[in-house]
Amino acid sequence: MGTRLWRVLAHAFAHNPVLMLAAALVVVQVLASVFAPLIAPYDPVAQAVESRLAAPSAEFWLGTDKLGRDVLSRILHGYQSSLGIAFSAVLAALLFGGTLGIWAGFKGGWVDRVIMRLADVLFAFPIILLAIGVIAILGTNATSTVIAIAVVYAPIFARLMRGPTLVLRSADYVHAARSFGSGDLRIVVWHIMPNLASVILVQASLSLSTAILLEASLSFLGIGSQPPAPSLGRMLSEGRDYIFIAPWACIFSGFAILLASLGFNLLGDGLRDRLDPRLRGID
Amino acid sequence: MGKLIVRRLLDLGGVLLGVSVLVFLMIRLIPGDAAQVMLGASGDASESQVEQLRQQLGLNDPLPVQYYHWISAMARGDFGVSIWTGKPVLEDIAERIGVTAELTILSLLLAVLLSIPAGVLMAYFRGGASDFVLRVVTITGVTMPGFWLGALLIFGWAIWFPNWQTLGSVPPFTEQPWAHLQRMFLPTLTCALPVIASLARIMRSAMIDALSQDYIRTARSKGLNEWTVTFKHALRNSLIPYVTALGIMAGYLFSGAIVVEQVFAIPGLGRLMLGAIADRNYPLIQTSILVVTCSFVVINAIIDLLYRVIDKRAGASV
Repeated sequence: MGTRLWRVLAHAFAHNPVLMLAAALVVVQVLASVFAPLIAPYDPVAQAVESRLAAPSAEFWLGTDKLGRDVLSRILHGYQSSLGIAFSAVLAALLFGGTLGIWAGFKGGWVDRVIMRLADVLFAFPIILLAIGVIAILGTNATSTVIAIAVVYAPIFARLMRGPTLVLRSADYVHAARSFGSGDLRIVVWHIMPNLASVILVQASLSLSTAILLEASLSFLGIGSQPPAPSLGRMLSEGRDYIFIAPWACIFSGFAILLASLGFNLLGDGLRDRLDPRLRGID
Repeated sequence: MGKLIVRRLLDLGGVLLGVSVLVFLMIRLIPGDAAQVMLGASGDASESQVEQLRQQLGLNDPLPVQYYHWISAMARGDFGVSIWTGKPVLEDIAERIGVTAELTILSLLLAVLLSIPAGVLMAYFRGGASDFVLRVVTITGVTMPGFWLGALLIFGWAIWFPNWQTLGSVPPFTEQPWAHLQRMFLPTLTCALPVIASLARIMRSAMIDALSQDYIRTARSKGLNEWTVTFKHALRNSLIPYVTALGIMAGYLFSGAIVVEQVFAIPGLGRLMLGAIADRNYPLIQTSILVVTCSFVVINAIIDLLYRVIDKRAGASV
């Protein structure tokens, strides 16, 4: 099963321009965020009053902000914090929501009803209000941003995992495995989870795209990670104050958020076309 | 149909109950003593003040008793008072929610108006290079951060239309309708753009799906012209997935409106709630979340039910 998924993916990437573009965007940005401390030309928090609001130049490729901090270095470090928060949040949502979803689908009955009703209730909240509620409880910092985003996405993964599990648990080969004495855990790990890999891949990628936007919105609103940590959303919010004197800080930080979100969205969208048999032939 | 309505109402009641329990638990989930935390923002509070607030919020009772008091107070119209001003929170919310709701509704209208023709056109010109371009363009629209687009629009408008007021207070519609709409135009556009892009994509897929059905072939073979086939037969049937998506999009638009308000300095619900977080004004946050979420749940349920009553096919697939 695993090798077949890899083969489908390799073929898809080699023949699809959208996926190639997406992969290029994602790889470059993930590398930039991981190696930010090595490749950033300046210290992202070092202030240099003499070069405040400097326009893009050979010295400062993307200019400087109102405190003379290098915009490029801040964007690279901002990637690290934005992608880091989005990855952690989506991973937490996948582990927590996905496990509950598989459990609900596998057990059925009242376990299923309780878990899925809880997911329905979480779905009822407009996302920003759910995030604001969690942050109001936990305070404004990076950890509560991760938890807030995870709470928003957990019900999506729960719903997503439940459906296929419900179908698979009565598949012939699962009955066969059970008749050979396999326990619940073994059946879930060896016979059900491999079949969910492609669904997880698609949804995780799409969720990362929107999680990046949500993280940026929260730090833009001032309720995400707090200064002095560089954050793309907060950079944009600060840059807005002097957009008419030095538009670069605002323009480039927003462009960075767009590119990060765009890469994962194109990736998820392209993968969905390849991996979801129901969609083949439609797009 | 009667059975369907009863089941939907039971579902609705369940979700509303769940939402109220979660919102109720919010204050109780604050790490440490909620009353202490709330008063902490104002500096040093005496033990008796903390105890008084604890009494006022009813935090000393067992949880089910607290919930009962909370719910029954709201049933009497008492949604709590703001900790600092003592003003009923519902008044604060009522003052601010109007402009946020207006922004949400205007953007929804704009999104519907533009996304249907855009989706139909995209379905019509499908295949080949235009697919690649359209996909990249629409996904860029979907992932466009609203606060960035808003900032760029303010920047651009100041250069191209220097006389156009883009920031500051919103003149009331009843007094200056033109100035009001002009002031709401950029925020509406900013809120609507990502939703236009995603709705257009949904419309496109639904249209392509509908156009490949047998009844379309039948309609064509009867000699109906392409216009009638596209707009009377295919479009009507593509609206089912489209309308389903609208409910979700309304929630997104509202979330977007909270952020876009900050960009355009519009004093709406977003600004009120952010202030409340900074002040640790929990009753205000709690009531705002509860009121808005319940409104969304009820409106969505009504639209869903109406749609199922009107459209037999959607009703059949419950």
